[in-house]
Amino acid sequence: MSSLIGLPRRREPRSILPWLAAPALLVFVGFAVVPLVGVFALSFTTWDGIGAIRPSGLTSWRAVLTDPGLPHALWVTFLVMAVSWVVQTPLSILLGTFLAGRQRYRAVLGVVYFVPLMLSSAAIAIAYEALLDPNFGLGAGLGIQTLSQDWLGRPGLAFGVVVFVVSWQFIPFHSLIYQGGVQQIPKSLYEAAQLDGAGRIRQFFGITLPQLKHTVITSSTLMVVGSLTFFDLIFVLTEGGPGDATRVLALDMYKRGFQAGLMGPASAIAVILVLVGLALALLLRRLGGRDAGASQLEGA
Amino acid sequence: MTTTPTRTRRPQKATHREGRRHSRPAARRRNWAGGLAGWLWLAVVAVPLYWTLITSLKDRSRYYASNPLVPSSDPTLENYRLVIESDFLRYFANSVVVTVGAVLPAVVFSFMAAYAIVRGWRMRALRAMNGLFLMGLAIPLQATVIPVYLIIIKLHLYDSLPALILPSIAFAIPLSVLVLANFIRDVPKELFDSMRVDGATEWTTLWRLAAPLTRPAVLTVTVFNALTIWNGFLLPLVLTQSPDRRTLPLALWTFQGQYGVNVPAVLAAVVLTTLPVLALYAFGRRQLLSGLTAGFSR
Repeated sequence: MSSLIGLPRRREPRSILPWLAAPALLVFVGFAVVPLVGVFALSFTTWDGIGAIRPSGLTSWRAVLTDPGLPHALWVTFLVMAVSWVVQTPLSILLGTFLAGRQRYRAVLGVVYFVPLMLSSAAIAIAYEALLDPNFGLGAGLGIQTLSQDWLGRPGLAFGVVVFVVSWQFIPFHSLIYQGGVQQIPKSLYEAAQLDGAGRIRQFFGITLPQLKHTVITSSTLMVVGSLTFFDLIFVLTEGGPGDATRVLALDMYKRGFQAGLMGPASAIAVILVLVGLALALLLRRLGGRDAGASQLEGA
Repeated sequence: MTTTPTRTRRPQKATHREGRRHSRPAARRRNWAGGLAGWLWLAVVAVPLYWTLITSLKDRSRYYASNPLVPSSDPTLENYRLVIESDFLRYFANSVVVTVGAVLPAVVFSFMAAYAIVRGWRMRALRAMNGLFLMGLAIPLQATVIPVYLIIIKLHLYDSLPALILPSIAFAIPLSVLVLANFIRDVPKELFDSMRVDGATEWTTLWRLAAPLTRPAVLTVTVFNALTIWNGFLLPLVLTQSPDRRTLPLALWTFQGQYGVNVPAVLAAVVLTTLPVLALYAFGRRQLLSGLTAGFSR
């Protein structure tokens, strides 16, 4: 390509720039933008996933919006989001602050902490399913009554297990973000506080936490928007059950679409999922101000 | 490999020691809440991992009777044999094909696009494209899976490995472009200018100047995408059907469905599927971890 351009005139080289961008744009439009528009279009059709697609106006939307399953799925999604935020945020801040210390043993602990980040949600869910088995799991093997409950068989417990496993998987990631945040706090602030006679705890609440404000928003954005996409984990762990106790929006969409063959209503749920995701991202962005560019990982 | 991080960390440690002597208040070292949380969390993370590993090495018949936290005195690889005989080498190969097949184009395309965005910022079309990618970060993959399924059927790619590769590339692009553009922006403008004075085209400048100077970022993005795609579950679940098209996470799930009662075998499958990633983790931990937070630290 370079040989075609020849002499380095001022305008000429720049003109190939759009071509450099073309392959990425093409794939992205074809497999992300078109599907996004497509899911909206499909929500006005009837399709079983195999046969012909027939336009059917608002039928799917009417079906979805009058189904009590939708408010339930929204509620479960919100609960998973809120409870896992409440569990993960303080622990991640604490662990991040801890890891930001330079003691050698902390780095060694860090090596173990981050292992869950490497594992697939499917592997984690399957290992936990075995571990929590009321008859053959860890609790039963140790003969401890409280640990050998039917963890995944009772609604409240199953919900708790989902939140726990989510936290187990993602706290390391958020600790990593907070570790970076804490390391950027100027040491002089602590020196000043020390001169004023502030103790460890007052320093934490007076300096560390306020200085981490932007990090908190970044981490929370990822946590909240990311929680919309907990599909693999919940699908393998509980399949939305028992009953529909852990049936979040993404799972509701999959089950309606690919298991029940109702692609129209499933697409409507997908549209709702997109709207909720965008709304949350915008809301947190407003809170965040300068960290706006950080609502990154939810797609990944 | 372990020497590299040690060597790079040494200067930090030295400055820290200095810092602690002079400025760091003594009270700051006694972070008992953090310490307690640190050790507790170690247990929370390590116990399930340890249990998974030792159970996978236990004989099936003896597993029920033994203490779950004591490793077998007579470890067996029988469970691993069962897993490997259940076609896991093929699933492994599929995962490799999909991961390599998606990550390479994703990174190359993203790099080219990021370069174009940074160098052609004056062009409205490229700025608009950047906006499109940024918006793409907020699209949850699940939400588009139904139309993706339809497109794959229409392309006659259903139940093939390219069906997994194409959407994986698309979804890797936004974050990769964002991170790479951030790093290309840091390359001093004078270097670009001197390349131009020397008569280099944008194409040569891209590969000879921008790519070598942003190598760590490229590596980071590669690692992050590879991990995401390697661990992907939804696309294989929806876009493939035949057993011989399964990738590891999906194979793991179906294996569990088949051998659910044989807990040691299921856990052996879990260990086997995570082994390649853990090997990579041992090998290039720093790259992996910086890859995971790239884009947030800036």
